[in-house]
Amino acid sequence: MSTQTPTQTEESSETDAETDVPSKGDERRDEKRRRAAEKRARRQAEEAEKAAADEETVELKVFRYDPEVEGKQEPRFDTFHVPFTKGMTVLDALMYSRDTYDSSLTFRHSCRQAVCGSDAMFVNGGQKLACKTQISELEEPIRVEPLPHAEVEKDLVVDLEHFYDQMEAVEPYFQTNEYPDGELEEQRQTRENREKIKMSTRCIWCSACMSSCNIAAGDNEYLGPAAINKAYRFAMDEREGEDIKQKRLEIIEQEHGVWRCQTQFSCTEVCPKDIPLTEHIQELKREAVKNNLKFW
Amino acid sequence: MSQSYNRGLIEDFSRWREFEAGMWAWIFHKFTGWVLIGYLFTHIAVLSTAIPAADGATMMFEGSQTDVFTGTIVSLEGLLLVRILEVGLLAVAVFHMLNGTRLLLVDLGVGLEAQDKSFYASLILTGAITVASVPTFIAGAF
Repeated sequence: MSTQTPTQTEESSETDAETDVPSKGDERRDEKRRRAAEKRARRQAEEAEKAAADEETVELKVFRYDPEVEGKQEPRFDTFHVPFTKGMTVLDALMYSRDTYDSSLTFRHSCRQAVCGSDAMFVNGGQKLACKTQISELEEPIRVEPLPHAEVEKDLVVDLEHFYDQMEAVEPYFQTNEYPDGELEEQRQTRENREKIKMSTRCIWCSACMSSCNIAAGDNEYLGPAAINKAYRFAMDEREGEDIKQKRLEIIEQEHGVWRCQTQFSCTEVCPKDIPLTEHIQELKREAVKNNLKFW
Repeated sequence: MSQSYNRGLIEDFSRWREFEAGMWAWIFHKFTGWVLIGYLFTHIAVLSTAIPAADGATMMFEGSQTDVFTGTIVSLEGLLLVRILEVGLLAVAVFHMLNGTRLLLVDLGVGLEAQDKSFYASLILTGAITVASVPTFIAGAF
């Protein structure tokens, strides 16, 4: 309430002013808008000038495409010059470009600290998490493109629906039929088991691995590295019990499950959370073989 | 298995992609595999001249009647192109073997962190063996 009180008094004084000359409020708002636009234009020009004059700028070539605006339907690259600051990431540079030069530049981002997994992009020919990629480590000009093997919605935003479908196909949630005896007992995991699945729990669903995978590009039914890693996280969790593990193995050993992997290691190379994806897929392959092998 | 999917405009837009070691290993393994399959057919064609040779078939070779099998092989070995292709065949076979061993280790889950190094090692070893084989294959060809 206390924060609203001054606003109210301001408003009342405004209405007082309006009673003197009825159109004055509109006039003032117009004036304000005009001044804001002027200020913005001036700032843009200033920033562009400063960026051009500043020696330490980075050149960004950003993929642009907008199916809804005529004249932007043809994919093109826009060049932005961004003043470099120490520790600047690709996401910082994109945000600077959007805020300073072109407010229509579209990309997903949220936490800016490699936790939410929104800003996976194709930077200089590799899938990277924009907020985790240092500009100083890249060669100029920096090419920023949307993720390959996904349909582009606008600029750097791609449709991830298929990726989420594959993730959900492996039932990425804890299931068990084995409960501890007491009603209030916790379902405890051994330290060793936790250590085993530790890396696989770090997935942030950014889709970088799926986009880098050559097999997933040619086979839409293939689960993909992220989904198989998710399956690994639960299949290796000892608390789930044998019958659930059996169910999980049946999902991953299907025709388009683990066996499609050809160990190109692309997913492991691009994973921003350093999950050993190929290792997990290979381990699940061995689990699947052991599961079906009978010597009698 | 391989199909093309319509994923909208962007996929028609050609893009340069940086390949890592594992990807190169996969490409080379595929390539050498197909070369070896192709070689298998020529190999069978040449060796099958032994069948008429066993029945006593002969051919004119360097002015005298030689049996077909020996004649075919010796005349092929006389061609410079064949000598050079043999060096290539050795390189292809050696890489395929070494990378196959690497893939076997990968399948067993051994040393996955060093998979890029083992790829480079198999490349270097292939190069060394190929170079070492040149005197044997090319001797007397020029």
